[in-house]
Amino acid sequence: MADGTIGLWTVPLAVFGGAVRVSTPFLFVSLGECITERSGRINLGLEGTLIMGAMSAYGISYLSGSPWLGVLAAGITGALLGALHAGICSLPRVNDIAVGIALMLFGTGLAFYLGKPLIEPTAARLPAIDFGWWSDVPQVRAALRINVLFLIGVAIAPILFWAFRTTRWGLLIRTAGESSDAARAMGYSVLWIRLRATMAGGFLAGIGGSFLSLFYPGSWNEGLSSGQGITAVALVIFARWNPMLCLWASLAFGGAAALGPALQSVGVTSGYHLFNAAPYILTLAIMIITCSPKRTLTGAPAELSITR
Amino acid sequence: MDFAKISRRHLLRGSAALTLGSVLGVRSAAAADTTIGFIYVGSRDDYGYNQAHAQGAAALKKMRGLKVVEEEKVPETDAVEKTIESMINLDGASLLFPTSFGYYNPHVIKMANKFPKLRFEHCGGLWSDKDPKNAGSYFGYIDEAQYISGIVAGYSTKSGKLGFVAAKPIPQVLRNINAFTLGAKLANPKATTQVIFTGDWSMPVKEAEATNSLIDQGVDVLTCHVDGPKTMVENAARRGAMVCGYHVNQSPLAPKAYLTGAEWNWEALYPKFVKMIAAGEAIPNFYRGGLKEEIVKCSPYGEAVSAEARKHADDIKAKLIAGGYTIFKGPIMDNKGKTVITAGTDRGQKDPELEKMDYLVEGVTGATS
Repeated sequence: MADGTIGLWTVPLAVFGGAVRVSTPFLFVSLGECITERSGRINLGLEGTLIMGAMSAYGISYLSGSPWLGVLAAGITGALLGALHAGICSLPRVNDIAVGIALMLFGTGLAFYLGKPLIEPTAARLPAIDFGWWSDVPQVRAALRINVLFLIGVAIAPILFWAFRTTRWGLLIRTAGESSDAARAMGYSVLWIRLRATMAGGFLAGIGGSFLSLFYPGSWNEGLSSGQGITAVALVIFARWNPMLCLWASLAFGGAAALGPALQSVGVTSGYHLFNAAPYILTLAIMIITCSPKRTLTGAPAELSITR
Repeated sequence: MDFAKISRRHLLRGSAALTLGSVLGVRSAAAADTTIGFIYVGSRDDYGYNQAHAQGAAALKKMRGLKVVEEEKVPETDAVEKTIESMINLDGASLLFPTSFGYYNPHVIKMANKFPKLRFEHCGGLWSDKDPKNAGSYFGYIDEAQYISGIVAGYSTKSGKLGFVAAKPIPQVLRNINAFTLGAKLANPKATTQVIFTGDWSMPVKEAEATNSLIDQGVDVLTCHVDGPKTMVENAARRGAMVCGYHVNQSPLAPKAYLTGAEWNWEALYPKFVKMIAAGEAIPNFYRGGLKEEIVKCSPYGEAVSAEARKHADDIKAKLIAGGYTIFKGPIMDNKGKTVITAGTDRGQKDPELEKMDYLVEGVTGATS
């Protein structure tokens, strides 16, 4: 402690810090996808939405000087991409998974194309709130510099959980997801509900992207997402379409991503490939523990094309 | 995730073919004396490896009678062959620079056999006697510049702990880590380098996590060997640590924290190649060099570099440029206590043993596997 280092305490601290820093994009994308899938549709395009969100947030923040305008722009971009997905899927005999893959490639390609001139400039970043004011240890202070978007994401999870259970909108989304016939019999347009659910999902995923480019790692480049959007979509499945579980799963993924570098930094150097693979091992373990040949996935919306 | 990558490649390949067909097809109508094709594996402005090559290409664009065509994000697959063929057939390129390591075998070799009158200059230093004579492979001893960075870092660190964010434990990367550490020990014999391997060339989130973990451990000067150092440089500067750059000059990203950096100097080499061809000289198939041959260079010192550090670094730089100075001079121990270069053995920059480096020198915390 005396020489300003904290030794092995780095590891839990880094895992905690990583859980907070790295989890936010996972959290937003998985919550967004949760809304979309609960309405009975899968939007695999959220990887593209995440990258488009990151690019547009960075661009708008750079041009306007306001990172919050960038976040808004990312959300709107995401909602538009969501509308595109829902619009195409509302045509007869269109497969939502295929459209999702197409939009993933479209979003990524478009973001790389439009983002070319944005690699060099430095845009205004989102501010962090210093929750570590009570501590003298710089490492703790650094880990506790928490971004508002993370707090918003953490707040959205229980709100969504509550909304799905008790609000009229939540019920409608679930009805569209469990039985489109029932929704139609009640006089609601399933396509309309899904359009809104997909747009809401895209909005959140876009905001997740803005976190990547405007806070952490905090700049725009083409390797920025490296598959986090797709990972988050998969997260929804093992979170069993439950927003609260999405929150815990995202935190676990964030923490696991920080484990590899943190262990190497304290000198645990053997098998770092294994530690770098920690998030995926975690996924596999959870899937194996929770799966059963005797029943379908619990909590899966009945209208989803993967469960139908 | 692999799935996403492959599909993206296919899309890019498809769109690249389209743009080549439409845009370049029209452009090739304009006549120029010599057309030179540049192929990059990533984005041309990545503040890293590819940008360094693009700066070299930009230097050629300024020369008279030359036309430069470029294509970025060409994967290390047969896509590069298609790009080479279309540069030759549509643009009339007579000199090609496929700049990524993995292009060489079998793609560049195949193309060099198919177009024996054209010249292929590959970056990576892979040419051997069995390969076609119209192909060449050049590379730079950038560890010399890393050695200079190490000296500056050794003077600048207060904690004596340096950090290195590395992609993979391959010989070129290990050589940079070792040279950096040996340089730092010249300035501060107690200095240690903590290395973290991220596992791949471009992993921004992991690079940022590695940077934060290192700084949490008390590291106060960082450098890296990844494709795009932007993430490391920005995140380290935000935490108040100092950085040494890599590939190109990253000082605009963090003017106060930037000490110096190891840069490629392709903007000096490429015009030299073109002049050699124009004069009818043959470019050696296997072309290598360091600071002396102007293939690599050091970034200008940042304001935080002390006069003492500048003097020592300039002194060693002058010796390296004059020739006869050896970085890997025995006795050198690895970080497990084994002697890897015995006393009295000088491994000069061109020593093939150094190309097989599989150890980290004493003073490096980390492991190669």
